[in-house]
Amino acid sequence: MQIFHRSTNTISRVSLFGAVFFIALLGWVFDSLQRSSYNTQQNVAREQPVQFSHAHHVGAIGIDCRYCHTSVEKAAFAGIPPTKTCMNCHSQIWAQSPYLEPVRESYRTDRSIEWTRVHDLPDFVYFDHSIHVNKGVGCETCHGRVDQMPLMWQASRLQMSWCLDCHRNTEKYLRPKDQVFTMGYVPAGDQLELGRKLQKEYGIRKVTVLESCSTCHR
Amino acid sequence: MRVERKAAAVGLLLCAAAAAACRQEMYNQPRYKPLGRSDFFADNRQARPPVEGTVARGMLRADSRLYTGKEGNALVSVFPLPVTRALLDRGRQRYNIYCAPCHDRTGAGNGMVVQRGYRQPPSLHIDRLREQPVGHFFDVITNGLGAMPDYAAQIPVEDRWAIVAYVRALQLSQGARVGDVPPESRGELDRAKPTGEPSPASPEYPTLYKSAPIRGSGAGSVPGAQLDPGAPAGGVKAKPPK
Ligand code: HEC
Ligand code: HEC
Ligand code: HEC
Ligand code: HEC
Ligand code: HEC
Ligand code: HEC
Repeated sequence: MQIFHRSTNTISRVSLFGAVFFIALLGWVFDSLQRSSYNTQQNVAREQPVQFSHAHHVGAIGIDCRYCHTSVEKAAFAGIPPTKTCMNCHSQIWAQSPYLEPVRESYRTDRSIEWTRVHDLPDFVYFDHSIHVNKGVGCETCHGRVDQMPLMWQASRLQMSWCLDCHRNTEKYLRPKDQVFTMGYVPAGDQLELGRKLQKEYGIRKVTVLESCSTCHR
Repeated sequence: MRVERKAAAVGLLLCAAAAAACRQEMYNQPRYKPLGRSDFFADNRQARPPVEGTVARGMLRADSRLYTGKEGNALVSVFPLPVTRALLDRGRQRYNIYCAPCHDRTGAGNGMVVQRGYRQPPSLHIDRLREQPVGHFFDVITNGLGAMPDYAAQIPVEDRWAIVAYVRALQLSQGARVGDVPPESRGELDRAKPTGEPSPASPEYPTLYKSAPIRGSGAGSVPGAQLDPGAPAGGVKAKPPK
């Protein structure tokens, strides 16, 4: 007795064959999803208790990153400025502005302003600002054009492949040390040539060290 | 048979859920982090202040000249640490970070923040300030003065002295005449004639000999002043999450 029609032969062949493509497609969709901003929160600006704008303070007034992020050259943690730092200027400028009420309240009551974290690596990853900053990796390379951000967002994926892409090709990104805090830096000549020179000058270690698991997972 | 399968499926699901939870545990481990929030302490800060009177090893600060700029009650007039080229370079860098927003890079007192309405500080090149001992500048940075905020929390002690040294160099340069430039360096004056606007992005201020303007006339060449104030204020590029 014939239960299946003859055409099912073709259908089964096609579907067997198609399954391979389907799985590949699924893999691709999954991979893109996992790199997408939906997963990594890249380019998503966060609400903050105070509408603090880097575009105003860095872009328009030209304050250096280190005025506020004082520990970025010396420590793993870049540092978020205490209320006192804001009051250096805002005791006089915009001193009545309602936007700044949370800052003044914090100063009066000695309670911290609670900023929302934007960049947050998992706790099993070790990251250190000081070595990057002191070996010529610019803030802009990782954080993007901070001077154009009215609210802070994360400009990079911050996934392992992103870290490794640089650790394997540091010559593509290194800058002279006096340009680390510059926004909108353009290399004077050929970046690869400059990068190789700087690699030697700064004593950047071998790729095998920089991509070794224990460099970042310790 | 049916029941066993169901039980296995439920068990698997539970395992998966537990594993997912583990992942979160490892992502956000229950330990204290810099500036983290604590619900245990009354001030909600994980960072604890050291007990009052704590002195870290090697931080006794016994040298009052170095740490307060004073000897007894008198301001010191000699630097308590050697003034080297490296110290001056460091001072220039730190001055441009912490002081230039108000005092501007030449010290004339026309920084960007002053242009936005902050009280204008006196030029660092007035005679009264030229004649002040170095201890005075250190004291102003450490304790503030009038409308000037203190910078004790932002600038470590050695850096404060580096800034003072650089302020002295600025004062020298702003009053300098061609005759003060060593003959072998005078050629640089012509080469360094301002060719265009200094780039506002460049962290370097032209070297001491470069502009040597007449006293108090430097305000026009404040690098920060050339920034277009309104430029990047445009709309939010990315949407905040709802
Ligand atoms: C006037 C002080 C000030 C200056 C100058 C400043 N920042 Fe910030 N920065 C802050 C404050 C306050 C926050 C926390 C609020 C927020 O995330 O917007 C912050 C947050 C950040 C964050 C996100 C931190 C997180 O939560 O992940 C980055 C990255 C950053 N700043 C980079 C920079 C860079 C790069 C510069 C120099 C180009 C700079 N900042 C200059 C005050 C400042
Ligand atoms: C060096 C001086 C300085 C410091 C330090 C400073 N600000 Fe400001 N801030 C300004 C100036 C100047 C303006 C006016 C900007 C303008 O006119 O474009 C301003 C404007 C603002 C505004 C309102 C304007 C806007 O829409 O952005 C807020 C809110 C603000 N600052 C928050 C802060 C916070 C929070 C801190 C501390 C992390 C801080 N500021 C530190 C100088 C400063
Ligand atoms: C190599 C890439 C890289 C460079 C260069 C870099 N950052 Fe970061 N930054 C990060 C990462 C990754 C985080 C998240 C750290 C975490 O979650 O532990 C971060 C976090 C921060 C934070 C939040 C506080 C903290 O430390 O977690 C601030 C503020 C910040 N960066 C400022 C800066 C400034 C200012 C510069 C330039 C001087 C800079 N960063 C250079 C990658 C970088
Ligand atoms: C744009 C380039 C770049 C990116 C992106 C980058 N790094 Fe690095 N990283 C460097 C350079 C350059 C060094 C210095 C290497 C040396 O000195 O040999 C370094 C060194 C390190 C070190 C070694 C510190 C030590 O004391 O040995 C760690 C840890 C590290 N990076 C972690 C990370 C992590 C985690 C990320 C991703 C979140 C990351 N880096 C992203 C360029 C980068
Ligand atoms: C340059 C720094 C760096 C190096 C080197 C590195 N990792 Fe990672 N790794 C990271 C970062 C950053 C993350 C977090 C990624 C994220 O949040 O999506 C991570 C995450 C992971 C995870 C967890 C993935 C997840 O999504 O839960 C594993 C597992 C891992 N790394 C294994 C390794 C192994 C094995 C090696 C050595 C071959 C290695 N890593 C080398 C930076 C690094
Ligand atoms: C927020 C703006 C601001 C910043 C930043 C600032 N100052 Fe001032 N400074 C002032 C103002 C305003 C005065 C005038 C104070 C008064 O007379 O009430 C002043 C006065 C001074 C004086 C003169 C004191 C006297 O005897 O009259 C000196 C010296 C000085 N500042 C040095 C510095 C140094 C060094 C720095 C960098 C570490 C600095 N200032 C950063 C605003 C600032």
